[in-house]
Amino acid sequence: MELTKRYGATLALAGLTMTVPRGQVFGFLGPNGAGKTTAVKLLLGLLPPTAGEGWVLGRSIRDVEARRRVGYLPEHFRYQPWLSGREVLGLHCRLAGLARATWPEEVDRALRLVGLQEWADRRVHAYSKGMQQRLGLAVALLGSPELVILDEPTSALDPVGRYQVRQVIHHLRERGTAVFLNSHLLTEVEMVCDRVAMVDRGRVIATGTLDELLGGHAVRLRVGGLDLRQRASLDRFGRVDDDGEWITLRGLAPDRVPELVTEVVAMGGRVYAVEPRQQSLEDRFLQLLGGEG
Amino acid sequence: MLSARIVLIFARLAVWEASRRRLLLAVAVLTLIVIAATAWGFSKLAGPTLDRGQPLSETELRLITSQLLIVIAFLFAAVLALMAAVVGAPSISGELESGLALALLARPVRRAEMVLGKWLGLGALLVVYAVLSGALELIVVDLTTSYLPPHPVQLIAYVTGVGLILLTLTLFLSTRLAGMTAGIVPLICYFMAWIGGIVGGAGQALANDTLTAIGTATNLLLPTDGLWRGAVYAMEPAAVVAGLQQAGPAAAASPFSAAHPPAPAFLVWTAVWFLAMLALTLWSMHTREV
Repeated sequence: MELTKRYGATLALAGLTMTVPRGQVFGFLGPNGAGKTTAVKLLLGLLPPTAGEGWVLGRSIRDVEARRRVGYLPEHFRYQPWLSGREVLGLHCRLAGLARATWPEEVDRALRLVGLQEWADRRVHAYSKGMQQRLGLAVALLGSPELVILDEPTSALDPVGRYQVRQVIHHLRERGTAVFLNSHLLTEVEMVCDRVAMVDRGRVIATGTLDELLGGHAVRLRVGGLDLRQRASLDRFGRVDDDGEWITLRGLAPDRVPELVTEVVAMGGRVYAVEPRQQSLEDRFLQLLGGEG
Repeated sequence: MLSARIVLIFARLAVWEASRRRLLLAVAVLTLIVIAATAWGFSKLAGPTLDRGQPLSETELRLITSQLLIVIAFLFAAVLALMAAVVGAPSISGELESGLALALLARPVRRAEMVLGKWLGLGALLVVYAVLSGALELIVVDLTTSYLPPHPVQLIAYVTGVGLILLTLTLFLSTRLAGMTAGIVPLICYFMAWIGGIVGGAGQALANDTLTAIGTATNLLLPTDGLWRGAVYAMEPAAVVAGLQQAGPAAAASPFSAAHPPAPAFLVWTAVWFLAMLALTLWSMHTREV
């Protein structure tokens, strides 16, 4: 609540207030330098807030124990190059305080989830950047955490790796794990997130489910033969945005499109084109950023 | 509050890293070579000498060996200080800079546990190294010249103390400064403290209060020279000590001699210095942004 972080005169985060529901995939979006990583570091106690308070899994972010059930993949991930992947995971099992008997199974499960089994016993210094990011993801998944914080988790991955990360995120959601996904890759967020918050210059500029944020579905019509009053009367199907040639109706469920066309024809209109479309997150994001600016 | 379990995880990690990075192997091999070289040197000293064709008298041999040993111990203490600075300097700053610390500190881990663990791990390495190599050197000297300094345990303890002081100072600096700076600053301080000790000794010899005060002040700020003088005292045969005590204040001028063991008050101050520096390190780490 009202989390604020200042670096001298620079305001990195200005009164951030938001809630990440358990068991959901929460996307935290924003352009570079918007304050996304700062927010994550505040949640993990890596940075002290200048003002405000936050809670993670019911505990204050100032409490060390808040991090017990949290997995974290940092944006600038780096792991001990002189250890093997398996040893890095073993180290994190220890630090997380997992029961010793569960370590081998936990480590194998995490390695399997990120597809690193064959490299498990090689030293990390021999890993490619993408493999190190996979290792970081495996570290974040150890011990079945209740919250997994992923900061730009696919920045070093190829398309196959990105697909695998999405699969891991779906798997976490099925298991009831909350995922906090920090990303500037909007299509990625669109594919996996239940809720999103958009942040710019340290402030949340929009938050909600994807449907809420994108205004649900929309339909574009190119219609002739209707006067202005008739065109405006279509607002019983949704919010009307009329540019003279195209009419855009927002918030219209796809199954009501035939009904809309019948109505237009009944009023004497001639229908040249009907395009159901969903506003992309990117459109909405640019729109919001533009509005702010 | 702090978990000993977590502290030990970090201590073990520090030792593990030193081993994996072949630091232990490199240091062990080099140390054995140096000890073998000194063994050869001392054996030559004990044998017939060139100009006289007969061995040195026992008194001559004792005196020369004790003085040579002091020089070797001085270099050993300096190498230990150097090692402490070089190993300690990147241990915190490097992990903070590279981001390695992020994943570790995001665990239910207190920063104090990480710092204490590193101090404990690196300190243990330093102590084990100083004790093993110091003891081996003394055994080699004893075997080749039949000379053993009067207080071998104190000697090793004081020299180890020098290394631990440098390590503690370096770790403190490593919480805030870049690795290379955190390594260089303690080394400069170490040699300045040594010179401060010489200045203080000259002050005593010349009855100059200002110079004496400089020596005392540097020794309080960084008690390495005081510990070094303790090591010197532990190496001096009784006859040398008696001679120095007879010479009065004039004897204080040499950095390679000590007429008296360190005062108990100084040893208490050294312990306080350790605790204060560790506390400062924990505070510095606690308040810095990661």
